[in-house]
Amino acid sequence: MYRLRRMEISADMLYKAKQIRGFCHLYDGQEAVVVGMEAALEQSDSVITSYRDHAHFVGRGGTVLEVFAELMGRVEGASKGKGGSMHMYRRQANFFGGQGIVGAQVPLGAGLALAHQFRGDGGVAVTMYGDGAAQQGQIFESFNMAALWDLPCIFVCENNHYGMGTAEWRAAKSPAFYTRGGDTMPGMSCDGMDVLAVKQAFAFAKQYVLEKGPLILEMDTYRYHGHSMSDPGSTYRTRDEISGIRAKRDPIERVRQLLAANGLAESSELKAIEREVKGEIDGAIDDAKAARLPADEELWTNIWRAPLGATMRGIESSHKQRLPS
Amino acid sequence: TQMTIRDALNSAMDEEMARDETVFIMGEEVAEYQGAYKITRGLLQKYGPKRVKDTPITEAGFTGIGVGAAFQGLRPIVEFMTFNFSMQAIDQIVNSAAKHHYMSSGAVTCPIVFRGANGAAAGVAAQHSQCFAAWYSSVPGLKVLAPYDSEDARGLLKAAIRDPDPVVFLENEILYGEPFPVDEAVLDKDFVVPIGKAKIMRSGSDITLVGFGKMVGYNLKAAELLEQEGISAEVLNLRSLKPIDRDAIAASVRKTHRVLSVEEGWPQSGVGSEIISIAIEECFDDLDAPPERVTGAEVPMPYAQNLEAAALPTVEHVVAAVKRMMGK
Repeated sequence: MYRLRRMEISADMLYKAKQIRGFCHLYDGQEAVVVGMEAALEQSDSVITSYRDHAHFVGRGGTVLEVFAELMGRVEGASKGKGGSMHMYRRQANFFGGQGIVGAQVPLGAGLALAHQFRGDGGVAVTMYGDGAAQQGQIFESFNMAALWDLPCIFVCENNHYGMGTAEWRAAKSPAFYTRGGDTMPGMSCDGMDVLAVKQAFAFAKQYVLEKGPLILEMDTYRYHGHSMSDPGSTYRTRDEISGIRAKRDPIERVRQLLAANGLAESSELKAIEREVKGEIDGAIDDAKAARLPADEELWTNIWRAPLGATMRGIESSHKQRLPS
Repeated sequence: TQMTIRDALNSAMDEEMARDETVFIMGEEVAEYQGAYKITRGLLQKYGPKRVKDTPITEAGFTGIGVGAAFQGLRPIVEFMTFNFSMQAIDQIVNSAAKHHYMSSGAVTCPIVFRGANGAAAGVAAQHSQCFAAWYSSVPGLKVLAPYDSEDARGLLKAAIRDPDPVVFLENEILYGEPFPVDEAVLDKDFVVPIGKAKIMRSGSDITLVGFGKMVGYNLKAAELLEQEGISAEVLNLRSLKPIDRDAIAASVRKTHRVLSVEEGWPQSGVGSEIISIAIEECFDDLDAPPERVTGAEVPMPYAQNLEAAALPTVEHVVAAVKRMMGK
């Protein structure tokens, strides 16, 4: 969790130093959800999430260097510089991104679950979305079909209480998102700031969906940063609210106190871990800065898996790009 | 042998499902009802409900589910009862299916076929009569196919199902029951038509008639009529709208020096606009007449029979345009 925290805070600094372009959505505050989840899942299970995906990528085994390199548009990045902040994938670990269209990832996740069921491979799909996306119509379409077909799908609403700058109660008639399955499937609410509770919830959910069909898990969490880098995060909520959550519910502090109270770690040991993580993050930033930009030819690769020798048009009519067959 | 388009599509799916057990069909009424247009007739009985899946009427949802299943390695065939309803799901086709291979630098693949009836049927008014060829074929990452005859329907659909990329497959309701002659080779279970290649249906020397789907038939009829008047028209069946066969279009225009595009869809930003752009970009100096297009009229499709007829191109329109271009 501390690693994810440092990564996101460093991304914030890199963005402000204009090393990162376009959109960038940070996950600090919400780390316990990914860490708790991955403690209960296998990489043979599938995960798909929204555009706030840096931590999910690392949770699936990606490196911090791959995150920074992607943010800087480098070929060493998670998507070799072609995806950016919102589009990181780790196919070999069944991580399907990294989705930029709010809510569209939910039917995609149900489809991942359909594939697990079709093959009977014992895997489940975790389909993550925020409280903002929770109002999208296609989510309810997905709930219906997932329940109708008993898909092994865990729908995870990461409720950080603000869809961009709109508080949940201003967007949702009922912000009890774990009840949104209505009479089609059950739901559970979990303290998403408590990594051990999250792990327990996912362990239960995985077993449940394999035996009985889909389930909603609502994670009560909080993002410290604004929605994206253009949002200071302070016009629609108070600074007191943010500092209050930091003081009382921070997921990393919670673990630190738990370890200390139970005599499981000395504070010097924790400090050493923190130093090590800081070193790793700083090293990853240096390596990402030194990494290469994609070659110009990459503009024309990966349009299709089978490009069939097609001729594509460049910016001017004189530019015809012949793709490989 | 004669084979209807319906049987061509049905046999193509049947054979590909037998060949690859990751192929499955989903959509409204595809299973127990046997297909709204009976294209999936008998497949439920043969392959069971796991591989022939009825969905609720919820296009955005089931299209997204199909795309997700394709990401995870299955090969779904998503049937839209008609492509008009695919508008509910166009985000999943364009943003989810078409772009992931690129955004992931090749890590994520999406082998899926979206198929169904496209364009004008008869007497079904504005919301059920639109051609989406221009919309989908503008998107890099999609492959867009439009069969004309039974050879195309069988060979292109089998190629689409085997292809590792997302394919939009535009059929025509009016042609479903139409029989076309097919030779032995077309009946082979491994018969496929190459994606991205146009086909010369009839060779000619005075003008090239470019079309796809049902309009290829109009162009062939027009070519017969024109022959009686001493005009030799070459008929090019595009088959593939994305990628489009620029080379075949250019080669034909260099030979005939004139090009007329024929489509049922709307003119503005239509497929014909692209054909004319290709002709101008590739072989402007070879042209002996300004390229022209025959298209559907720029109106929502009306219901009344006389108005509907006035909104759609006919063989006579093609013949008249050709004569004008030939100065006759």
